[in-house]
Amino acid sequence: MKDPEITPELIASHGLNQEEYARIIQLIGRIPTFTELGIFSVMWSEHCSYKSSKVHLRRLPTKGDCVLQGPGENAGIIDIGGGLAAAFKIESHNHPSFIEPYQGAATGVGGILRDIFTMGARPVAAMNSLHFGPLSVSDCAAADEAVIAARNRSIMRGVVKGVGDYGNSFGVPTVGGEVKFGDCYSKNPLVNAFTLGLMRKDQIFYGRAAGVGNPVIYVGAKTGRDGIHGATMASEEFDDQSQSKRPTVQVGDPFLEKLLLEACLEVMRAGAVVGIQDMGAAGLTSSSCEMGGRAGTGVEIEIDLVPQRETRMTPYEIMLSESQERMLIVADAGRVREVLDVFKKWELDAVVIGHVTSDGLLRVKKNSKVVAEIPNAALTDSAPVYNRPIAAPDASSAPPAIDLDPSPAALEQSFRQLIASPAIASKEWVYEQYDHMVRTNTVVMPGSDAAVIRIKETRRGLAMTLDSNARYCNADPRAGARLVVAEACRNLVCSGGRPLALTNCLNFASPERPKVMYQFSETITGMAEACEAFSTPVTGGNVSFYNETEGRGIFPTPVIGMVGIVEDMHRVTTQWFKNDDRAIVLLGETHNDLAASLHLEVIGKPSTGVPMLDLSRERAVQETCLKMIQDGLIESAHDCSDGGIAIALAECCFSSYRRDSVGCDVDLTGELPAIALLFSESPSRIIVSAESQNLDRVLEIARNNGVIASVLGRTGGKSIRITINGDPVIDVLVHEIEQAWRASISCLMEVPSLATT
Amino acid sequence: MKARVYVTLKPSVLDPQGKAIHHAVEGIGYHGITDVRQGKYFEVAVDGSLSPDEARAEVERIARDVLSNPVIEDYRVELDSSTEA
Amino acid sequence: MKFGVVVFPGSNCDHDTYHVISKVIGQPVDFIWHRQDNLSDYDAIILPGGFAYGDYLRTGAIARFSPVMGAVKQFASRGGIVLGICNGFQILCEAGLLPGALLRNDKLKFVCKHVNIRVETTDTPFTLRCQRGQTLSVPIAHGDGNYFCDEQTLDELRRENRIIFRYSDARGLITPEANPNGSLDSIAGICNRERNVLGLMPHPERASEEILSSADGRIIFYSLADTLAELAKAS
Repeated sequence: MKDPEITPELIASHGLNQEEYARIIQLIGRIPTFTELGIFSVMWSEHCSYKSSKVHLRRLPTKGDCVLQGPGENAGIIDIGGGLAAAFKIESHNHPSFIEPYQGAATGVGGILRDIFTMGARPVAAMNSLHFGPLSVSDCAAADEAVIAARNRSIMRGVVKGVGDYGNSFGVPTVGGEVKFGDCYSKNPLVNAFTLGLMRKDQIFYGRAAGVGNPVIYVGAKTGRDGIHGATMASEEFDDQSQSKRPTVQVGDPFLEKLLLEACLEVMRAGAVVGIQDMGAAGLTSSSCEMGGRAGTGVEIEIDLVPQRETRMTPYEIMLSESQERMLIVADAGRVREVLDVFKKWELDAVVIGHVTSDGLLRVKKNSKVVAEIPNAALTDSAPVYNRPIAAPDASSAPPAIDLDPSPAALEQSFRQLIASPAIASKEWVYEQYDHMVRTNTVVMPGSDAAVIRIKETRRGLAMTLDSNARYCNADPRAGARLVVAEACRNLVCSGGRPLALTNCLNFASPERPKVMYQFSETITGMAEACEAFSTPVTGGNVSFYNETEGRGIFPTPVIGMVGIVEDMHRVTTQWFKNDDRAIVLLGETHNDLAASLHLEVIGKPSTGVPMLDLSRERAVQETCLKMIQDGLIESAHDCSDGGIAIALAECCFSSYRRDSVGCDVDLTGELPAIALLFSESPSRIIVSAESQNLDRVLEIARNNGVIASVLGRTGGKSIRITINGDPVIDVLVHEIEQAWRASISCLMEVPSLATT
Repeated sequence: MKARVYVTLKPSVLDPQGKAIHHAVEGIGYHGITDVRQGKYFEVAVDGSLSPDEARAEVERIARDVLSNPVIEDYRVELDSSTEA
Repeated sequence: MKFGVVVFPGSNCDHDTYHVISKVIGQPVDFIWHRQDNLSDYDAIILPGGFAYGDYLRTGAIARFSPVMGAVKQFASRGGIVLGICNGFQILCEAGLLPGALLRNDKLKFVCKHVNIRVETTDTPFTLRCQRGQTLSVPIAHGDGNYFCDEQTLDELRRENRIIFRYSDARGLITPEANPNGSLDSIAGICNRERNVLGLMPHPERASEEILSSADGRIIFYSLADTLAELAKAS
């Protein structure tokens, strides 16, 4: 088959502009071959090159005592003590999940699992952050709302099933995450998948093609024409033609991935592996040039040796294929047989397809004839970097006067509305489809502030959480990013974990719009500030731009995946009240922070600004809570966030473990309007419960840390009863509220429908 | 030569998938559908060295022993002679 | 006494089961690769949960042809104790060691959550430490756990007291709401006529330590260990 001629149209269809093409010619000193053009186009795509985000990402703190591996490898790695290390990372699969929700989400999970086990770690926990458009008509703003809501439900069904089927079959527990909703996600669903793996500190593997002459071994699934140009797809906006891009979506095989995991860990343990990397976005291309690039070597591949699933594949197709469940291994020259035997035992393909060279080039041959020859550096370090224009939005007008009904009846109505809103309602419809217990390490299951897994044969465990808040980040990206990091830390602390480090997934609209780049830049600034304040470095992550369809972009949605250490697994706490007759204590203070609150969103009132965060006060509250947990003084701890104290209290009353609910009787005091006392989202607040005998100690610890602690009331009874300065405002039966909270999402999702468009 | 194998649930076995599809089809507004049963379909390519009778016998065995579970499923084999090499 | 945990390609509860046998009840245990066809070293064989060979055709459909399953059949026919958990139960049904089949859950979704099961009989090596009517809180995690068999088989199972566990509520009442997957007669676990082969959908190995929110499931493993100790004494 003859390669097409390199024309301006062909160049443009590869997503390369004129300057970029000129740069290619300059870098290689000639007109590229068709295969080379394809290789450049994927490596220089936004997805692989980070060309729009690089200049900003440099501002994030990436170093810390615990960091063993920062950004730049397949995953970040932290030291968790006792000779153990944890590798973790989050990655987006937004665009594929919009085109084909089931496979898009499934292969997203598959990809992040490989990123973890390619470092030598066994994946032990997964989480995901999902954003969808509204599920029901009443929440939708658009005219064709019923159709849109039906499609949103269909996308959510597909995504949840895709995440579940892949992780369940692979055998990694999906221990937590978040599911959020908003109009802007209707045609831009976000699927961000996180995985954490455990390894011995002295057995870390890197994606490096070291040792000239060493064999390059292809292992795993055969190569087909799946996902060719997936990486460039993730770097383009969607339009109505996107449906026709369906063929580029990859299909996942979790069974094969499970075998790949076992086989890879086995050859790693044997010590036969020099370097290893998964073939993710941009497949064989990125794995081979990145492995060569990191080691300062070159990689030469004989393309016909690559195992192929389809016939008559061209070098272009083979180099760009994104077939799943494949890895590239550079092995010790003398131990090839051993490597091949292990893969044979697991009934997987393993073929030597090339070798490591000293020339720093990625060279692809077909029938001994060179079809592509590019310096690694041209594809990686010399990829274009853009400092795209930034423009702040127009100064917002004065905050609109909010006219709210302060009557107890209206407040109770708001409370009921919030508890059943998809934002707050139980996500059990989602997480019951995920195996969250396999590996028998899950100590705190989905539904509490953070998930906690034990590390077998040690006293320790790991707490982890995914957090985002697009409401805040849209209103003020910098302050919003700080609030998100603070909440992630607070969630870990509430479960008994000390925050160590984080990974981020930065979901934004088109970077070519200056207002989006402003949001991005501000987000990085805010995140960096908060990371410094909490001493939680960023160990890696992912940027997903172009989340927009038909010119409509998403809110800035940075997602934080935070990991913390639990030193003593006997000191793990969940958010739920455990017993009657316990003191309920609020750590921190409530201010009039209704701006960008869920309450205003649910009742459809506009606002400007976000809640005020004082990083040092936040740290003090967290230290206080952690001390109380470590001293065994409190039975529950729950972060106050979406929906304020009122919702936080309700969430303390019923547990996702379906234990019997516990009522509460509390009085909120102060000068603030009732609506703020109930629903304000002031950060730096935690609700804890304690036995009476421990109350003095609890209050003393707070005092010593300079944290205001107020006794709100007591647990017990069959009702949630809230008074304000002694006046009754909310008095509802717990089981009634629990029912509304539990049933909300499943009622919406179980509406029979096959409509997909 | 190609053989087609259809595996269906026995009539006595409840098929919740078929039921859900039936319900949805009605909900979308299609009329006159009284039942939907979901099954599996296999295309089996057979070596040209077997005679049609041998091929059918071999595929029947595969259908019975592997592709279906006699406790819950029935199967039917069709031999496609048009694809005979 | 020695336990063996079979590892099929795609098994993923093999390590969990091994952990419970070795660390919780403290008995010797080996992994057994699916190609192994000799089980003479073992006193009890466990087929763990997972997705053997991917379970793409039907759950357990391919696993039953593996070499180890021929050995398991022989082992069972000589009275050896065999426990199939989740995917292991599905494989035992496909292999004909237990009657019936496990269909797609009635709500068509994978379900992972804690359920209650009621012990229907203590007359098995797996439940001898239990009380009849006792409820155990044990998780399920499956997409195909909807037990089905024909009328005649069901009659037989009832008559011969071979339904070992039924899904119930926390008080031990058998209700439609407590049945998580549509199983016939709320069946969660059954045994063979000789009572040495048990299959159940719930995962007792996930509920065998206090830290994992329930330790109710370990009574099954303790019962097994007691049985094996008795057998060892007798021989």
